[in-house]
Amino acid sequence: METIVFSTLNGVLYGLLLFMLSSGLTLIFSMMGVLNFAHASFYMLGAYFAYAIGATTGFWAAMLLAPILVAGVGALVERYGLRNVHRHGHVAELLFTFGIAFLIEEIVKLIWGRNPVPYSPPAVLQQPLFTLWGTQYPSFRVFMMIVAVLMFITLWLMLKKTRIGLIVQAALTHPHMVGHLGHNVPLVFMGVFAVGCGMAALAGVIGGALLVTDPAMALTLGPIVFVVVVVGGMGSLGGAFVASILIGLIQTFAVAVDASLSDLLARFGVMVSNRSDLGRITLAQVAPMLPFLLLVLVLIFRPRGLMGARES
Amino acid sequence: MSALVLTNVVKNFGAAQIIRDVSLEVPAGERHAIIGPNGAGKSTLFNLISGAFPPTSGEILVNGQKASGAPPFQINRSGLSRSFQVTNIFHNMSVYENVRCATLWALGHRYVFWRFISGMKDVEQRTEEILDLIGLAAVRETPAGLLSYADQRALEIGVTIAGGAKVILLDEPTAGMSHHETERAVALIRKVTEGRTLVIVEHDMSVVFGLADRISVLVYGQIIASGTPAEIRANKKVKEAYLGEEAA
Amino acid sequence: MSRTSTLRTLAVWVAFAAVLLVLPMVFTSRTSLTVMNVMGIWMVFALAYNMLLGQSGMLSFGHAVYFGLGGYAAIHLIVAIKAQRLGIPVFAVPLVGFMAGMAAGALIGWFSCRRSGTPFAMISLGIGELVAAAGFMFVSVFGGEEGISGDRSAGPRIFGLTLGPQIHVFYFIAFWMFVSTLAMWAFTKTPLGRLANAVRDNPDRVAFIGYDPQRIRFLVFLISGGFAGLAGALSAVNFEIINPETLGAQGSGAVLLMTFIGGAGVFYGPIIGAAIITFMQSMLSDFTKVWQLYLGLLFVVMVLFAPFGIGGMVARILGAVKRGELAEKLPGWLLGTLGGLTAFFGAVMVIEMAYRIREGGRPFRAFGRDFVHTSPLNWLLAGIIVAAGIAIVTIAVRWRQRGTLGAALRFREVAP
Repeated sequence: METIVFSTLNGVLYGLLLFMLSSGLTLIFSMMGVLNFAHASFYMLGAYFAYAIGATTGFWAAMLLAPILVAGVGALVERYGLRNVHRHGHVAELLFTFGIAFLIEEIVKLIWGRNPVPYSPPAVLQQPLFTLWGTQYPSFRVFMMIVAVLMFITLWLMLKKTRIGLIVQAALTHPHMVGHLGHNVPLVFMGVFAVGCGMAALAGVIGGALLVTDPAMALTLGPIVFVVVVVGGMGSLGGAFVASILIGLIQTFAVAVDASLSDLLARFGVMVSNRSDLGRITLAQVAPMLPFLLLVLVLIFRPRGLMGARES
Repeated sequence: MSALVLTNVVKNFGAAQIIRDVSLEVPAGERHAIIGPNGAGKSTLFNLISGAFPPTSGEILVNGQKASGAPPFQINRSGLSRSFQVTNIFHNMSVYENVRCATLWALGHRYVFWRFISGMKDVEQRTEEILDLIGLAAVRETPAGLLSYADQRALEIGVTIAGGAKVILLDEPTAGMSHHETERAVALIRKVTEGRTLVIVEHDMSVVFGLADRISVLVYGQIIASGTPAEIRANKKVKEAYLGEEAA
Repeated sequence: MSRTSTLRTLAVWVAFAAVLLVLPMVFTSRTSLTVMNVMGIWMVFALAYNMLLGQSGMLSFGHAVYFGLGGYAAIHLIVAIKAQRLGIPVFAVPLVGFMAGMAAGALIGWFSCRRSGTPFAMISLGIGELVAAAGFMFVSVFGGEEGISGDRSAGPRIFGLTLGPQIHVFYFIAFWMFVSTLAMWAFTKTPLGRLANAVRDNPDRVAFIGYDPQRIRFLVFLISGGFAGLAGALSAVNFEIINPETLGAQGSGAVLLMTFIGGAGVFYGPIIGAAIITFMQSMLSDFTKVWQLYLGLLFVVMVLFAPFGIGGMVARILGAVKRGELAEKLPGWLLGTLGGLTAFFGAVMVIEMAYRIREGGRPFRAFGRDFVHTSPLNWLLAGIIVAAGIAIVTIAVRWRQRGTLGAALRFREVAP
């Protein structure tokens, strides 16, 4: 019971973090048709910026400033980079964002070094919030959930209730029409790209403090975020949400259930020796592979993703 | 045997019914035109016949083989080839290469990767024939994307007929052409479809009435009349629904 | 193909073989042999990769999987040759690498080739991560962190090569590199090779000329996987060791950079890219710790301004020579190159000085002068150099667009 409650909490938490990233990615993808390979790099930039700014202003100001700065960087990347390669097609765009991801990682290494930086949540949030079965639950995790939920509510309200949101929604499906109506579609694109990057950075401000802030953090999380987007169905926000939570839960439960594969297979009547490779591997070890296994399964049995609209 | 038979074909997109119970039979060797106002479903009908997407219900036979539900390449192999309203060629490849690729399957070369393509005399010969036929032999090395619009349309037809399909579907082959270019295109279509079955969607009435043996009129996803050009001209329903509209 | 062009093609290949034979006599040092061996391996891998990227329009972020699996098949065979005293020469091991890469390609391509474009790219990335993670998990097959090592000098010999000394390994790699390059070049001249181009340009239309685009992608994927596996086997023989990292994202990224920078649009582009980047890797890493940053910068600049790559530039120059336009175009090109180099030098200054802010060390030295990062003047200078370089490039581009140098120097375009 204890394991189940904690794993669910942590799984949802991890899922929310994934969704903070994948929602921005999905927004950019469905709008511009570009899968931003550098999305997780902006997440990393968010963490590093918050660390650097926080050193002088403290955590709270940094939490506000870092995403804004990263959004600015994102806007520049869109304006002076992505927009120019757009005419060469999606593969060129993907290549460009791949290059940006590569470049950001190297620049981060250049400025902050290869080792993790000591970036941690403020003291207020490091105290335990409540205790369950003798285990303390850190308040920073709950804070993270609140931030994530607030971010989604803001995003939703912006999309549904504001004029800009309406234009964005229209531009998602009919960019040319929106352009003919006199709206500055390139500016809207730049704005969406910047906001998406800013959202990733906000995730980074929190994810960096929760997990670890090092130059490898983009490469660790990036592929999983892409899996989320493909599994959820490319371009579907609802799908991204379901897939984020699903992958969050799967991974946390796999880590929490300390069983080896041989135990698991034995339940199904398959006997594997404890000595063999397959028998020795624990479920926790398999955990990092599970999202990718899920990807393969989804591709074989439901190529358009969980909630994808079409297969193309 | 009829080249093309459609029986009670229906296509729905969501709640909208675009093709409503269309039945049509085109005998081999006929030049058949499909006309109708914008949004009548002509292009959708072509997409159904050529396999771009499957019909919701009904059956399509191409040269006696079931085509409804089959992928496009399967339908192409049963002897039906189509062109597109918006030029749809291989832009980064030369004119010669465009036509050559289109001849390969019909000549039985399939997915061959153990023989040089330049050593295939039948491919070379067929490609040269087609290039002469469509009048693009002089620009054979030009990348297709750099051709003039009229030449791209000619290449579109060349790619369509290169496989030697018995049934040819042409989707508005003269769209966007000047009067002079249209005349050239009609002569070309006449020449390349000799001895074959042609189904053509066209807006230019002079082209339709000059070329077609029979005409079908599609309005709101239904065929309201089918007959010889003279019969269609005299048909009251057609005048109301289509020609009348144009005159108004 | 006409007779003269056949002869010319033959001459190119003979010359290529002759260069391979002579190279180790020109560059005799142990270091250059080592570098050339690595180059050969990457050339095969990059050419295999370009069957996907350049020829079929498939962007893969996980092609190291096939390279690595080919390498593992090879190393296991090499180990077996020694342990079981098999009568198989190590010289033939690359064939096994080819088959392993192809088998892996068949298994994975079966579902990944159903998609194209961005989804295909994402899937390849996911598969790459999956296989790399599995590599670290199944210790008996992949050898865990340390990997698996073997002894290439075991087993019967071919051509009198023991494969012990570096020079033997050079000719071993050169032989397989030549054969693979020839085979992959020949592939582009076959119906399937041509259809791959058609799928790259317009997959939807391919379906209407009788071909299944998915099948074409799948077949190309198989063959590309095979040659990647062969390259992996060459690597296994060269290093006598292979570890699960070989399967991972780094190799996949490297081969993408090489292919693109070399030029995906021309057949020999990846060869150039592999040579240049392997050279950079071995030489530049002695001079600067941040050479990867330069690589990334080069890549991004090329995606933005020269997506045809270095090979594309070579093709343009050759084309100009053929048409007799070289004299007309050369000044503009030289000016552009000058501007590019200037801007690049400015960027180097910025990067090297930035590096020293955190790491310290001896100041950055160029043209007999030290540039100390603590002096703001040097930063200003670097900024000016970058700006000047960009200005020169802009003038060169406008020269081409507007026809004359005089017009290029004006700020606004004057209507002729």
